[in-house]
Amino acid sequence: MVTQRHRRFRKTKGDYVIDFVIYAVTLTVLVATLFPFLNVLAIAFNESSDSIKGGVGIIPRTPTLDNFKELGRFPLLLQGGMISLLRTVVGTVVSLLSTCMLAYVLSRKDFIFRRFFTALFLFTMYIDSGLIPHFMVIRSFGLNNSFWVYIVPGLISAYNLILVRSFIEQLPYSLQESAFLDGANDFTVFVKIIMPLCLPVTATVGLFYAVGQWNSWFDTYLYAPFNEKITTLQYELMKILQQSMSQQGNQHLGQAGQLAQSQSISPLSIRMAVTVVAVLPILLVYPFVQKYFVSGLTLGAVKS
Amino acid sequence: MNEVKTVRKPAEAAVIRVRSKGDRPRLSERLFKQRFLLIMSLPFFVWVLLFCYLPLLGWSMAFQDFKLKGDVLQSYFSAPFVGLKHFEALWEDLTTQGRFFLALRNTLAMSLLLLAFGFVSPIIFALMLNELRAKRFKRITQTISYLPHFISWVVAAGMISVMLSTEGPINDLLVGLGLAEKRVPFLADQNLFWGIMTVSEIWKELGWNAIIFLAAITSVDQGLYESAEIDGAGRLRKIWYVTLPCIMPVITVILIMDIGWLISVGFEKQMLLGNDMTRNTSEVLDVYALKYGIGQSRYSFGTAIGMFKSVVSVVMVLIANALAKKTGDTSIL
Repeated sequence: MVTQRHRRFRKTKGDYVIDFVIYAVTLTVLVATLFPFLNVLAIAFNESSDSIKGGVGIIPRTPTLDNFKELGRFPLLLQGGMISLLRTVVGTVVSLLSTCMLAYVLSRKDFIFRRFFTALFLFTMYIDSGLIPHFMVIRSFGLNNSFWVYIVPGLISAYNLILVRSFIEQLPYSLQESAFLDGANDFTVFVKIIMPLCLPVTATVGLFYAVGQWNSWFDTYLYAPFNEKITTLQYELMKILQQSMSQQGNQHLGQAGQLAQSQSISPLSIRMAVTVVAVLPILLVYPFVQKYFVSGLTLGAVKS
Repeated sequence: MNEVKTVRKPAEAAVIRVRSKGDRPRLSERLFKQRFLLIMSLPFFVWVLLFCYLPLLGWSMAFQDFKLKGDVLQSYFSAPFVGLKHFEALWEDLTTQGRFFLALRNTLAMSLLLLAFGFVSPIIFALMLNELRAKRFKRITQTISYLPHFISWVVAAGMISVMLSTEGPINDLLVGLGLAEKRVPFLADQNLFWGIMTVSEIWKELGWNAIIFLAAITSVDQGLYESAEIDGAGRLRKIWYVTLPCIMPVITVILIMDIGWLISVGFEKQMLLGNDMTRNTSEVLDVYALKYGIGQSRYSFGTAIGMFKSVVSVVMVLIANALAKKTGDTSIL
């Protein structure tokens, strides 16, 4: 043990070393996190003939908007953006309302199926029927190639359900009781009393759903890969990425690979421009809403 | 994401009992009284049965020879049962070190790597953030650190492929510093794939996973630090003897849950960043099931893989939960 006593506000030599290490590491993390984002932005706003030479850092060398104008040549991207927006809005609203309504019912201690339903939804976090049975069920309902495949199968996430339920449970029951005495029914109480009080948690859960909807691509890949009317922006970006990935793999196959690369319809600049469009909504709202994400996580977790 | 179930307090049960004592209403009356609650929840009851439990019936496909001809239900009911044929094929593949063997090996290797490095790094990062004295810098660092959690793997994979391309910044850096003689084709080298996946996952989730530890750290009783100081403890000793023991319950729960999810390492990044050159190290179980099950219409075979994965995963969660119960009063189920 150290026998010497340190005074509280005086830094020792050791303290400086520790501080140095900590700042060095956190700064590295900061740079490593931010650099890819800034690099993508820089390439997206840089002239494509210049970007090929490499070495673009975080500032465009020859700034231009041409890459974004080029995107107009790919009608699927615009279409995909609209679908992504639509599924984000519809999916978030529907999922959020469903989650809150069910969470309210499950929060009611007198509800007759409370334990049964809660267990049924909780188990969904641990059981996974696997890709193919799920695929078959969705096909048999005729949901493939339909817009609703984005909304219905992922309607309620058990995690979000628990989050909302525990929030409702800690609201004073007397609020509901007085409404019941005034003759309100369960549905009215939910709409008029519970929903307004749930605003903080609905912000969090709504954001979780929205981010999930905006970011998902695998459902399109699985259920509607060729239905160009409902492919999403992330899916179209995925296709562009896959193309370039197979080229990176081909680079070492010699000339044939090089040839494939030169014929590519998706040069680096276009890819980066699409990436910027795909990530922009998140970057735009992130500074304002990030505190809700965190509050949601700590709300659900600290209780353990 | 890691989730922890809140434990129901015994007091709640007592309240219900008191209220329903006396003349207990009959079931039909209770159902009628709760008709609004029932109407509000029954659609979701149907939903969960159809989309979460009905697919479980599809597991029987693993014991059938399922061929998709027109209607799914018709194909399902007309598919002949073949016993353990598909599982035998999987076993055969395992013993001859075929593609299933590779997929299983890759899944486990990447999970273990992630468990080894991805579990410790957020704890260290949280401890470091907590030691930062400049509050503003701390807040900004934290906010930025969990930004990558919110981008899709498609976007992240795009960024990673740019970073790691032969003309990319990481190669620029390596060559510039003289650490590499020539440019490294990171994504075309199958020996580097596991490492790249691990680093990518840590890059994406470090800040987000640190949140829970940071929350635990901030709830440590400040008095403990004061008394540690009186005993002459420096900063490192305070971290070692006060902070770490205090957040140990959280660490244990998260570790156990991570072990439980070991086989479900995710497949998006492997699928998006893998290519023909790295096929032997990038294919994980889900990708394998997708490629062979749906891609080649070998649905029964694919179901057998999925079923194998689910069963292993459930067993691991149960083991993890048993461990959790043994280590303390925390339970994750």
